[in-house]
Amino acid sequence: MIEVANLSKRFGSTLAVDGLSFTVQPGRVTGFLGPNGSGKSTTLRMILGLDHPTRGTATVNGRPYGEIRRPLHEVGSLLDAKAMHGGRSAYHHLLCVAQSNGIPSRRVGEVLELVGLAGVARKRARGFSLGMGQRLGIATALLGDPPVLMFDEPVNGLDPEGILWIRTLLRALAAEGRTVFVSSHLMSEMALTADHLVVIGRGQLIADCSTAALVASSSQSYVHVKTPDVDKLVAALSTVGATVAEHDQSLRITGVDCAAVGEVAARERVVLHELILRQPTLEAAFMELTRDTVEFGRTERVEIGA
Amino acid sequence: MAMTAPATIGVPNVLCSEWTKLRSLRSTYWTALAAVLAAIGIAVLGCASFVQHFAPSDLIGFDAAAFSVQGLYAAQVLVGALGVLTISGEYATGMIRTTLTSVPQRRSMLALKGAVYAIAALVLGEIGSFGAFGIGQAILHQKGAGVSLTDHNVLRVVIGGGLYIAVVGLLAFGLGALVRRTAGALATFFAVLFLPSALIDLLPSSWHDTVMKFAPANAGTQIMSLHRQHDMLSAWNGLGVLALYAVVITGFALYFVGRRDA
Repeated sequence: MIEVANLSKRFGSTLAVDGLSFTVQPGRVTGFLGPNGSGKSTTLRMILGLDHPTRGTATVNGRPYGEIRRPLHEVGSLLDAKAMHGGRSAYHHLLCVAQSNGIPSRRVGEVLELVGLAGVARKRARGFSLGMGQRLGIATALLGDPPVLMFDEPVNGLDPEGILWIRTLLRALAAEGRTVFVSSHLMSEMALTADHLVVIGRGQLIADCSTAALVASSSQSYVHVKTPDVDKLVAALSTVGATVAEHDQSLRITGVDCAAVGEVAARERVVLHELILRQPTLEAAFMELTRDTVEFGRTERVEIGA
Repeated sequence: MAMTAPATIGVPNVLCSEWTKLRSLRSTYWTALAAVLAAIGIAVLGCASFVQHFAPSDLIGFDAAAFSVQGLYAAQVLVGALGVLTISGEYATGMIRTTLTSVPQRRSMLALKGAVYAIAALVLGEIGSFGAFGIGQAILHQKGAGVSLTDHNVLRVVIGGGLYIAVVGLLAFGLGALVRRTAGALATFFAVLFLPSALIDLLPSSWHDTVMKFAPANAGTQIMSLHRQHDMLSAWNGLGVLALYAVVITGFALYFVGRRDA
């Protein structure tokens, strides 16, 4: 379990992380989302003891990272694919990391096998593709078979096969009861992988809820209805607290769910031709949620060739 | 699920890990080879030239021991560069983040990394020093100009040459850990070694003696002189002064590594 309490980090005049509090539970994949520059990496670096918090605390299994006796047995982390010396072979990179925590060298062979790098174990990491670098980083995280895993943008640079591999791996690790905390800016990927989401913007917590709840709470979520008897249905729905908008010969109903709309229609004997729950993609829900917090806002129109 | 974790990270774990890091980079071998070849090669060239142009008057005030290990002045640059890279290379590549998440006890990690490197530098220095001395004396003996390890103070010069390399190396390592960037640390290292002698004429003349005496390279290299130089520190005091510089710089590095963000 990872606990972050009132965590803040100031770099000069910039408050990169601002009073952040959340808990990451074991047994599920928790996605860590936020626009670029929202403080995700800084938060992860503080949890791992690389950056010192200006205020607040971050603990893993109840202890600050620096007080963990053999950290690789408790927390595996992938911060970026470049946290290795390119002149060292995959095997020696893993070996020196393993030795520092007293992990037997046979485990190096096991994790190389696990991430599919056994064939290039003696090749220097400098020649690795971004995807191979990610796999080596994940192998490093898995060395100590830790109950807590943290990955910063693990699918960056991976091909579709690699992305599927990561997704399957993350879900399998969570299913074994581990705490899995994954940052990403790829919403479509997070929608498929994460059970729970922590969303931040400008260093502050925006949402801490299940993936399904985040999508459902979006204002772009509505019940779509087609009926020949619009007026009767609209009148009936208004008595149950629904908000109805007519749109292109159909109704957009918010404030109630599909079941409630169906029951109202049945009671009033209104014929329905279509009754569909329309939900935005996680991406759209996320954009709506973080619209006001993006660090580097886009201008509405970009003039090209002026 | 999780393996049963032994109590804590031990000193042998970190030493073992740091030794693997050092020996698994090709640059280590190239630098080590170049340093030893520089020490021995310069001994061969220098002594051969001395023998070739030999005149009996050359023997007046001739320090055969120091003459044969003069290649260590070149070797110190290479071994020092290795010391800088041992730590700055971790910052440059991003490896430092993996190192510090594996061993969050930063000061112990840096101290043990420095120890592994310093022992390697000492071994390289002694190989270079004894190698250069052996070959150099073999050549000088052709004209009867050589000395033997059993002669007065000779062993101190030869062992001291290797010690000098190790202490200069530790100074370089400390600068690398403090500056963290390879180029900046190398520039600082060269400045510490060579600038005092280069800039001596710009300083007030009343400072000359003190600067010449206590400049790191000048102090440290007295160990490689058979006879005490005029206006210079004694052999062991000189090496001690150099070691003081190295310890202070490394001490600052140890202090700051725990405080700064990585």
